[in-house]
Amino acid sequence: MAQKSIVSEFAKGLVRENPVFVQVLGMCPTLAVTTSVANGMGMGLATSFVLIFSTLIASLVKRIVPGEVRIPVYAVVIATFVTIADLFMKAYLPPLSQALGPYVPLIVVNCIIMGRVEAYATRNAPGLSLIDALGMGAGFTLSLMILGAVRGALGSGSLFGLSFTPVLVMILPPGAFLTLGILMAVFNAVKDRNSPVMVKA
Amino acid sequence: MTYLIVLISAVLVNNFVLSYFVGICPFIGVSKKIDSAVSMGIAVTFVMTITSIVTWLINHYILIALGMPFLEYVAYIVVIASLVQFVEMFIKKTLPALYKTLGIFLPLITTNCAILFVALIQAMREYAFIQSVVFGFGAGVGFTLAIVIMAGIREQLELSDIPRPFQGAAITLITAGILALAFMGFSGLTSA
Repeated sequence: MAQKSIVSEFAKGLVRENPVFVQVLGMCPTLAVTTSVANGMGMGLATSFVLIFSTLIASLVKRIVPGEVRIPVYAVVIATFVTIADLFMKAYLPPLSQALGPYVPLIVVNCIIMGRVEAYATRNAPGLSLIDALGMGAGFTLSLMILGAVRGALGSGSLFGLSFTPVLVMILPPGAFLTLGILMAVFNAVKDRNSPVMVKA
Repeated sequence: MTYLIVLISAVLVNNFVLSYFVGICPFIGVSKKIDSAVSMGIAVTFVMTITSIVTWLINHYILIALGMPFLEYVAYIVVIASLVQFVEMFIKKTLPALYKTLGIFLPLITTNCAILFVALIQAMREYAFIQSVVFGFGAGVGFTLAIVIMAGIREQLELSDIPRPFQGAAITLITAGILALAFMGFSGLTSA
């Protein structure tokens, strides 16, 4: 555990183990709220908040919680932090809360969070878990913002001041699937070129 | 009549997978074969219907009655997790044949966001009891429809030569996008 460097633990969430493009986790919010960069960022930050605190708590209590009931226990911990994030957004950021709607409570069942808690936080020290959560959160937020940028630009018909006919379908549901599918293929192509090892998404 | 509208809206117009993007994980993970897609669909429909009944009762008779709506998410997730466990044990004892088909899919359903989404939406839209039940059932049928169509397409896709970067999740998402385009044709059907 000691040889894991802090930098690589953080950076793996950004590219090598990117939760969206490589692990294909947390698809619901990824597809649903990325109609603009701002929404993508809001969802990314809210998820990161929950992820960071849930993994921290999970790695602190991992010795106390019996193995058989750990999933329900972690689910309650996650749900508590989601409630905090939801109430905070309702109080201080009402427009964002409106835009994200029921997808904020859905963070509870976001597989990224349970996945990191189960696969990482229960096996590593609180410090490392925190770094891992920060990296995964950053990777998730970044992916959502890229997706939001592409869909928002195409859907509203303006990119860097250039205006063109808006492709309305990009901000509708089908556009979400198409954009993510194409971006994922681009991501795979770039990764394949950089490493000769065959990578399967 | 309103029940019919709720049903059609949940199955076709606002299809859970294709227009709300919930239940994407099983939609991509379990849509390789039609058989398993059908089983997954039935399991989800079953759990969704029961969840919408139980969470409606909890929401109205416990959370609202006691003035604790802020516990909504915590209560729902605990209810769903224990419900799935209970359903699994119940089916194992009473209907072993059904258990054999659904067995491995039941635990997966706990983390299926579509289930929680049913509970949240029916609370948000303030559905009456029967409406909630119809909505939960319809959402499950819609999920089944989407995942079975997808499995049918993917069985054909297995035989085609897909460029390497598109293999796996990428081509599945693009296919889902085209499917979602087709489902947009239903959008004029109801206003709900």
